[in-house]
Amino acid sequence: MRLMNSKPSRSMRLALNLLPFVLLLIIYTLASDARLLENPSDKLLPSWSSFADAIQRMAFEPSKRTGEYLLWVDTISSLQRLLLGVGISALIGLVIGVANGMLPLFRATLSPLVTAVSLIPPMAILPILFIVFGLGELSKVMLIIIGICPILIRDLQLRTQSLPVEQLLKAQTLGANTWQIMVRVVLPQVLPPLLNAVRLTLGSAWLFLIAGEAIAATEGLGYRIFLIRRYLAMDVILPYVLWIAVLAFLMDTILRLISKRAFPWYHGKRGEE
Amino acid sequence: MNDSSVEKTTQPIIEIKQVWKEYGDHIVLEKLNLNVQAGEFVSIVGASGCGKTTLLNMLLGTESQSRGEILLDGEPMPTEPNATRGIVFQKYSAFPHLNALENVMLGAEFADAPLLGKVFGTPRKKIKEQALEMLTAVGLADAAMRYPNELSGGMQQRLAIAQALIKEPRILLLDEPFGALDPGIRKDMHKLVSELWQKRGLTIFMITHDLSEGFSLGSRVWVLDKPRIDPQQPERYGAQIVYDIALNATQAMPSSIQTLIEKQATAKSAVQENTHE
Repeated sequence: MRLMNSKPSRSMRLALNLLPFVLLLIIYTLASDARLLENPSDKLLPSWSSFADAIQRMAFEPSKRTGEYLLWVDTISSLQRLLLGVGISALIGLVIGVANGMLPLFRATLSPLVTAVSLIPPMAILPILFIVFGLGELSKVMLIIIGICPILIRDLQLRTQSLPVEQLLKAQTLGANTWQIMVRVVLPQVLPPLLNAVRLTLGSAWLFLIAGEAIAATEGLGYRIFLIRRYLAMDVILPYVLWIAVLAFLMDTILRLISKRAFPWYHGKRGEE
Repeated sequence: MNDSSVEKTTQPIIEIKQVWKEYGDHIVLEKLNLNVQAGEFVSIVGASGCGKTTLLNMLLGTESQSRGEILLDGEPMPTEPNATRGIVFQKYSAFPHLNALENVMLGAEFADAPLLGKVFGTPRKKIKEQALEMLTAVGLADAAMRYPNELSGGMQQRLAIAQALIKEPRILLLDEPFGALDPGIRKDMHKLVSELWQKRGLTIFMITHDLSEGFSLGSRVWVLDKPRIDPQQPERYGAQIVYDIALNATQAMPSSIQTLIEKQATAKSAVQENTHE
């Protein structure tokens, strides 16, 4: 049989899914053992037991200096910034995107501005944000907003414009005014695409969050990683990185489930013509 | 020109007076002079690209005539779509995020809730009953809770009709409403539309590219065509209503139209045979 035609069975697929992860773990364990055998104080590839120690220390014991459970403090402040940034961006994206997509007068005014802003690399204006908004929470949230808002606005604008014109005409013949069409016809239909767009921009949001925290913060997941880098503390950095990945995965999953639950019509099968 | 217009005893619902439509030098429609009485069912037929849709858009209000005037109940036609004119398109007429019942309720809700577009409480119950009645009238009572993407093509068109009728529009525009349907389902839809037309005394304009459909439905047929063609400058002359035929049981179809229908029917069956092979 040709390779392109052979498909894995259910159990086979699960085994194949896990295979690369298992291989990575084995390779890591072998490499770590080899290095530690040569030099027991090697810091580059810590052993599993030192990971366990580090996790125990960061997550379940109060810090000696401040008495806080560092992992949770970092997690809470990072998530707060991220959710605030992403939430505000989604709201702005929805409002401006729908208005841009529906109202030609609005679009003519705002669309070039949004395009221009989206071309500026957000990291380049990070210094400006620190100067203008200070080193507090606001500048880090602003960085996320400036980073992902233009993408969300443009995506929502396209989604709004791609609604069939028949629908908008039909709504007008049902006696609706512009505002009613916006709230009852357009808005509900662009919410699922908005959730999708947010899922796709979450990666960038994390990037901007960690970059902002690395430069100026007193707690946060990104701050901790960059702080601890000075001591080559791989036993803390690697679990932190994995933890960030887990959080990102959870957020993505939650958004997907919300979308499926709240908008069954969007995920349903398209009926045949 | 076939002069068979209805005697003017009452105020016509639609008056089209000396209407021309041109895009720059390109003349699409010319010299349209037509009166339509309430309760007529006008089928508009013609080759594709001859301006059927332009005419419908002018009735809908998305396009305006270049010259002349169109009157609705003696008043100039509003220049944007509103509740006086209902429409059913070939597809995309129903809102995918609302189930069938909510789709029909929407029109009534717009009128009662200017700010939210949504009605709650007792008034909602009343609208719901009204919408259910309408769904029953088009044979969709069992599918009230289903979303449009769970409905077949024919059911979606029934829904679109119910949606438009709840506003009790002065005129109902049908833009190739059955073009995407299977022949069997199309026949059912013809029956439904004739029934609704007669029972409710609707005034209907229907575009179709299917001549026999145009003649079997409706009380009047307009045939759009270009009577003059300048081979050097095809855009120089626009299409006119070349035949305005009042249909009744005794009326015989003009022989030229009869041959047209037959030609189309043979061409169609040839196509169908080809696709079956």
